[in-house]
Amino acid sequence: MSALILIELNGSEVNASSRAAITAASQLSDSIDALVLTNDASNSASVSKLAGINSVKMIVDDALENANVEVASKLIADAMSGYKYLVSGSSTYSKNILPRVGALLDVQPISDVCEIKSNNTFVRPLYAGNIMATVESSDDTIIMTVRATAFDHSGDGGSAEVEVLTSAIPESNSTFISLQESQSERPELTTAARIVSGGRGLGSKENFALIEQLADKLDAAVGASRAAVDAGFISNDYQVGQTGKVVAPQLYLAVGISGAIQHLAGMKDSQVIVVINNDPDAPMSRMADLVWQTDLFGALKELNEYQV
Amino acid sequence: MKIIIPIKRVLDPYTQARVNKQTEQVDLTNAKMAMNPFCEIAVEEALTLKESGAASETIAVSIGTDKTVDTLRTALAMGVDRAIFIKTESELDLQPLHVGKILANIIKREEAELIIMGKQAVDNDNNQTGQILSGLLDYSLGTFISQFDLSSDASSVEVSREIDSGIETRKLNLPAIVTVDLRLNEPRYASLPNIMKARSKPLETIELDSLGIDTSPRIKVISVVESGTKDRASKQISSAEELFSELNQMGVL
Repeated sequence: MSALILIELNGSEVNASSRAAITAASQLSDSIDALVLTNDASNSASVSKLAGINSVKMIVDDALENANVEVASKLIADAMSGYKYLVSGSSTYSKNILPRVGALLDVQPISDVCEIKSNNTFVRPLYAGNIMATVESSDDTIIMTVRATAFDHSGDGGSAEVEVLTSAIPESNSTFISLQESQSERPELTTAARIVSGGRGLGSKENFALIEQLADKLDAAVGASRAAVDAGFISNDYQVGQTGKVVAPQLYLAVGISGAIQHLAGMKDSQVIVVINNDPDAPMSRMADLVWQTDLFGALKELNEYQV
Repeated sequence: MKIIIPIKRVLDPYTQARVNKQTEQVDLTNAKMAMNPFCEIAVEEALTLKESGAASETIAVSIGTDKTVDTLRTALAMGVDRAIFIKTESELDLQPLHVGKILANIIKREEAELIIMGKQAVDNDNNQTGQILSGLLDYSLGTFISQFDLSSDASSVEVSREIDSGIETRKLNLPAIVTVDLRLNEPRYASLPNIMKARSKPLETIELDSLGIDTSPRIKVISVVESGTKDRASKQISSAEELFSELNQMGVL
């Protein structure tokens, strides 16, 4: 039973979540092909050298430059002929497209798979990861996205054949206008290895700069609790939690965050959790590997000045 | 222009989901329920369009047992014009593909050209229904939107989408489906007079069975466990030097 991986490209490079998808698919199938939708045929170079890929199917057209979902979903649904599995990483790219492919193929997709139990049974999070559900699909075709934090990222070392598919590009009712790429020099929150996160304890937008300073020192992404966002210290694309972003970095350093349920749900799978807070009873502290119970401004000053 | 806002009743996001150890399923008995937070944002956006004169009517749709009426009344109290209640006899495990088919049926019947809905429900976290619905209806699709501008002739919308790499702006010709993200707006609260008024607003009940849609589960939930927030053996530290030394030992720097 063969598997098709929908590859997401960042420029000409393969996205890390697509590499996780290859690892996941290798637990389901011995025969894995990659599908790439792009406007640039030279992008096959980075895909064909992925380890574990049999062959690369490419659809090349100018209309595919900015992932037009109406077009992409139709092309992917057509390319699925003969495949049992369609696997992709849990990114906004795939979350946008894959369910629409499911509609076209009359398949109920499975989101955010974290573990593969058998060829049709998977573990996925509900309630922002507070609940892990084991689910069994009865569909003949299985479409799923996998969490990039739950599977190893498959490396390079392959030399797959590249086949350019000649597909008719369907008409579309939507047009790309612009992409304003995030300007931050810092790592992206959901894939960062380290995150420094601030809460209401910071007290003001000006003080929140201390969090950013520490993040830069640690080459970390900046996060925030909902309380800090609601208080206007930082915009809500930095919000970690059930209604914000779910993260699982190697290091999560929480400063002045008491630990509301909905925040904990978004970061509890972090490998090492450090809490800096002056409240010994904060729920956050119970989840911590390291707790520094102190005045957080003193601690931030000391950390920012410390010569690593 | 008619706007349909599909909404979902979920466990109140500020309460902890619990598992029934016997059934190995999520236990919602006596749980506090609320409108999915993303659906509130969708309702707010539809109301803003109505108030600007761009929309002729706003219609909230929800699917479930009788208790779902509470959630529809909340939408009516926020200001939605009327509600359609798709009634199920028992708690069904409806999946996004089923919900998409049910909503597609209602949208065709109402000839609605704009659908505004939450990007995901905070119970099952699928983030699928809007996308599936767009595929079933072949409507244009804008997911995860943080900005929404209707063209002056109401033939298209310009949306900003929050994607991993930044903010993408697209133009969608109507009919279209948009799924809303957190930053789109701040939903209003229903005022007491409006809560009273909502009781007399039209609410149509349609039996799910009468729609003839196959709702047999495609995905079976075999078991669930609370992954919970496990307490960890916290070690107290008291200086930056100690912190960096511990983190170095753990190999996370």
